[in-house]
Amino acid sequence: VTCQEVVEFLLEYFDRTLPGEQIALFEGHLADCECCKHFLDQYRAIVRLTAGSAIPPPPKMPEAVQSAILEAIKAARGH
Amino acid sequence: MEAFADLVNRDGPRMLAVCRRLLGNDHDAQDAVQDAFLSAFRSIAKFDGRSLLSTWLHRIAVNAALMRLRKNRSEPAAIESLLPQFSEDGHRVDSVDPWSLTPEEMLEREEIRTLVREEIDHLPEMYRTVLILRDIEAMETRQVSELLGVSENVVKVRLHRARIALREAFARRMKGALP
Repeated sequence: VTCQEVVEFLLEYFDRTLPGEQIALFEGHLADCECCKHFLDQYRAIVRLTAGSAIPPPPKMPEAVQSAILEAIKAARGH
Repeated sequence: MEAFADLVNRDGPRMLAVCRRLLGNDHDAQDAVQDAFLSAFRSIAKFDGRSLLSTWLHRIAVNAALMRLRKNRSEPAAIESLLPQFSEDGHRVDSVDPWSLTPEEMLEREEIRTLVREEIDHLPEMYRTVLILRDIEAMETRQVSELLGVSENVVKVRLHRARIALREAFARRMKGALP
């Protein structure tokens, strides 16, 4: 297994859909290649950072937006 | 009408958040949420109760945001400069340095969370959309493939490339910034 193949199969490894014999080859490469090991750690980290950095929903709907939506619905009901 | 006002209050903030993530600004996000509620109002009779009402509304909001993205679609930007390079024998051209902080330590710092959001916003739209729907909204590959009208394999490839590109963009920004 090369570094390029590790990157190609990383998603399947991460999703645990890689066949057993390929997992062994994959992990064998990781044990010998610091760069790929760091890359896998950072791939995991970026998934965590993506979810953890998202701005949460506002605590409530801004009043102007809420009014605009209800007005639009009222207008649509009139048609 | 009162029931709808309750729905706007209850589900609107979450719908606003996902539209903001997909569209990148408050103005378009608010318009998309308005589109979504209008669309829900017109098709409420079609709601079959198989999913939660809030899940149904959330999906309508995602759809409304995606429609706006399609309308404003620009030329697809290249992502290749953020993908790893390999020599002919499949070995890396550049080394990968370890990060000194764990994701949890990084997430405690607002400047790092901002940086991650900025780099997500810089990803080309086709990759950013999949990344947001899978890794932030936690939708399944099948759902994302239905929403985008592409195969599940395409969703997987885009997600993988988006994560790899984001890792690289983030690493470049963080170089020297971490202790």
